[in-house]
Amino acid sequence: MASTLKGEKTIPTRHAYGETLVELGKLNDRVVVFEADISKSTQTYRFAEAFPDRFFNVGVAEQNMMAMAAGAAICGKIAFVSTYAVFGSMRACEQMRTSVAYPKLNVNIAVSHAGLTAYDDGVTHQAIEDLGIVRSIPNMTVVQPCDAPSTRKAVMAAAKIDGPVYLRLTRIGMPILYDAGPDFEIGKAIRLRRGNDVTIVAIGDMVFQALDAAEQLAIEGIGVDLLDMHTIKPLDQEALLESVMRTGAVVTAEDHNVVGGLGSAVAETLGEHRPTPMTRIGLQDTFAESGAYDDLLRHYGMDARHIIEAARKVMGRKK
Amino acid sequence: MNREGAEVTTVAGAESSDIVRNLTRWTRLLRYDTLRMISNADSGHPGGCMSMAEILTCLYFEVMRVDPRRPDWADRDRFILSKGHGAPILYAALARKGFFPVEELKSLRKIGSFLHGHPDISAPGVDMTTGCLGQGLSAGVGMALAGRHDRRDYRVFVVIGCGEMNEGQLWEGAASASHFHLDQITVVLDYNKLQFDGAVDEVCAPGDVRGRWQSLGWNVLEIDGHDIPQILGSLRQANECRGKPTIIIAHTIKGKGVDFMENAFLWHSLMDNGLLTKYVERMQHELNSDPDRFYAQCLW
Amino acid sequence: MLREKEHDIEKLHEIARQLRIDSLRMIHRAGGGHPGGSLSAADLVTALYFHEMNLCPQEPDWPDRDRFIMSKGHGCPVLYAALARLGYFDRSHLETLRKFGSILQGHPDMRKTPGLDSTSGSLGQGLSVGLGMALMGLRDQKPYRVFVMLGCGELDEGQIWEAAMSGAKFRVANLTAIVDYNRLQLDGTNDQVMPLEPLDDKWRSFGWNALRIDGHDMRAILDALHRAAAHDQGPTVIIAKTIKGKGVSFMEDQLNWHGVAPSTEQLEIALAELDP
Ligand SMILES: Cc1ncc(C[n+]2csc(CCOP(=O)(O)OP(=O)(O)O)c2C)c(N)n1
Ligand SMILES: [Mg+2]
Repeated sequence: MASTLKGEKTIPTRHAYGETLVELGKLNDRVVVFEADISKSTQTYRFAEAFPDRFFNVGVAEQNMMAMAAGAAICGKIAFVSTYAVFGSMRACEQMRTSVAYPKLNVNIAVSHAGLTAYDDGVTHQAIEDLGIVRSIPNMTVVQPCDAPSTRKAVMAAAKIDGPVYLRLTRIGMPILYDAGPDFEIGKAIRLRRGNDVTIVAIGDMVFQALDAAEQLAIEGIGVDLLDMHTIKPLDQEALLESVMRTGAVVTAEDHNVVGGLGSAVAETLGEHRPTPMTRIGLQDTFAESGAYDDLLRHYGMDARHIIEAARKVMGRKK
Repeated sequence: MNREGAEVTTVAGAESSDIVRNLTRWTRLLRYDTLRMISNADSGHPGGCMSMAEILTCLYFEVMRVDPRRPDWADRDRFILSKGHGAPILYAALARKGFFPVEELKSLRKIGSFLHGHPDISAPGVDMTTGCLGQGLSAGVGMALAGRHDRRDYRVFVVIGCGEMNEGQLWEGAASASHFHLDQITVVLDYNKLQFDGAVDEVCAPGDVRGRWQSLGWNVLEIDGHDIPQILGSLRQANECRGKPTIIIAHTIKGKGVDFMENAFLWHSLMDNGLLTKYVERMQHELNSDPDRFYAQCLW
Repeated sequence: MLREKEHDIEKLHEIARQLRIDSLRMIHRAGGGHPGGSLSAADLVTALYFHEMNLCPQEPDWPDRDRFIMSKGHGCPVLYAALARLGYFDRSHLETLRKFGSILQGHPDMRKTPGLDSTSGSLGQGLSVGLGMALMGLRDQKPYRVFVMLGCGELDEGQIWEAAMSGAKFRVANLTAIVDYNRLQLDGTNDQVMPLEPLDDKWRSFGWNALRIDGHDMRAILDALHRAAAHDQGPTVIIAKTIKGKGVSFMEDQLNWHGVAPSTEQLEIALAELDP
């Protein structure tokens, strides 16, 4: 469905999550999973089949689920709660904030249907505010891996972090990027291309749009420094600053509102440490609508073509 | 009928057979429209649409006071599909009622269409944006309070799902409706006994549903949700009840009317579009050759 | 070492009286807090902490301890008083309630106060947290029980009913909810704000074992807690009818004593009544 796929095999990152949970369950019997009636969708049904006695389906009751997971974590469990990003970050927001993040519990909130990857389900199911919301909660770690292998590593790492992790997953398939690639580490951006003309910082599914854009810009002779900023909190400030020091211009790309998410996080860092011309690609403070994923990206100015234009423009603003 | 909760077992005979025949026709058509839309969009939730086909038909084609030429008419009855994933059949009812051309049904879930995956208030005839379960009744309470304040006599109808009863907000809304004595609210529970992950009894048993609503001060009626005279009878009784809101517990079958979908929880979502598309083609053929030429004129 | 259980009704009454006095002193000194709901819950907290629960104050994290969640977190002064009395921390801390740097936060913070099993203060969440704990206890075949104290106004929160439904599904017989049914919430009586009756029917319709008692009758409280322990089919709720501000004549059943600290003179009058 994503425009970069070109017939490649793709895997929704939620599938990688569901499979990894089973692996994790085998390694560690403290892992318990909570679900709110969409196990087929979040893929926790795999864990349910493997470990029925460590799987708890609470029905369509996300707030209850979130606080139950807190109770389990207080009893020494490594809890995962799964639902859609809209419900994990907003329906159960205050439960996450007060019962999970404040006491800093090992509750991992793994949410599917990030941003426009929920495509034709429409606005009710497209979480475009969640990064902004969860990022503003102290003690939270916030991660959106772009492909299945990095999702696997993120899930494994999240279980080890003694505190809540918000793991944002896609409904639709993503190509495999990191099969043999660099090691994934929470909090460490991955440089996908090295260049000195413009920095592109991308997250999640937008990494693939950014890769496309970088390839095309390279043909024009524009060198892109491309960072997969899978961990938006804590943000890898070092990698970001090192990059803009060389390029002097930044484009951010996220499947999220440009208010509050990756673009905001990058702007906060640059504003404090190294003001740099930048442009944010994402939803321009608007709700989207139902439609095919590619159509939506194009319509809302988030596909590779828009990233390319943004890169050219922002380079023109260099001091 | 005893308001304290004797079951509505039969109210047949109260309706003229013409009305019932007419509504039966519309129901069949709405089922066709809905399946066609979902197969066309290659996405959607057929099971929960099929289970409420008769209910929606009775509401839109007999009970509710609406005027398709004036979707914003201030005195219209309001309808909230709290189980918003049932959007396609609501769209079918609105189109057949004349709120927008039937042609639009082809655009379900496509970019630029007002027929979003879940109901959006921008579509003509849609009174509330839904899709996040549990919120519809609260919105209905607000509408009913506003109507009372404005001295308007419109009614508010809310259709909820049985899995949806897991949501705590539903019980917040139920307590409020009763506290404010909102007898203009009628909730219809599409009690198909299935939710996304399986049988409601396995996922999160709703327990004593009737007792629970009664303990919240509601007038409770219980019917067969595929029996048109019973639906009409209960909706009329709800309209007449004073001082408290009414819930109609409508026993239904998820996927009703489609052999391979009935009671099959995997058909909550679109399980196999190949199979569905073939079924729709067959259905189209049947309707086309039906001696009642009404159907042939309505196909798309 | 397990703390010894107090069985003598008179002694339990005496402890409850002391907890009331401590609560009012703390709130007065802090210049803020919730006296009404602390006093209404005093007998229930006493029965739990000094009789019913298996606890080990020297080892607050003892894995097999019974758990208590003050879901109506604003009632924490009486809980802090009980914990201090049991030796979880020194009594001198009671004077620091709500002050900067204190281990005693305005609402319970499990990371700061020894002996607290959860963080609470945002109404409606404690029953879910307790359910999570109870479920883990069942799964791990641990002997502990979990008690959750709910306010009556708190029952307006839908999340309570989500937890109620799940509690029945998972048949957590080791979970006991206690409703401090003082019939007042912040804006008025339950009947004015949002009626709750028939409350026991409501819990039963959600699949719970429901008991109704007088929440100031120590014998009745102990009896109900034992009956809850004996019920092995699922969770129990004890609906304990109480009086907000119980024990201080001018606070009893008074809405305006929900969330203000007594002045020095008011404290003196109150203490004179409690400690004649
Ligand atoms: C708040 C929220 N949580 C989860 C979902 C995902 N979801 C869509 S349908 C459904 C099951 C609903 O079951 P029920 O209410 O019984 O609907 P029906 O059987 O009538 O289709 C779920 C969990 C949602 N739409 N909203
Ligand atoms: Mg159902």
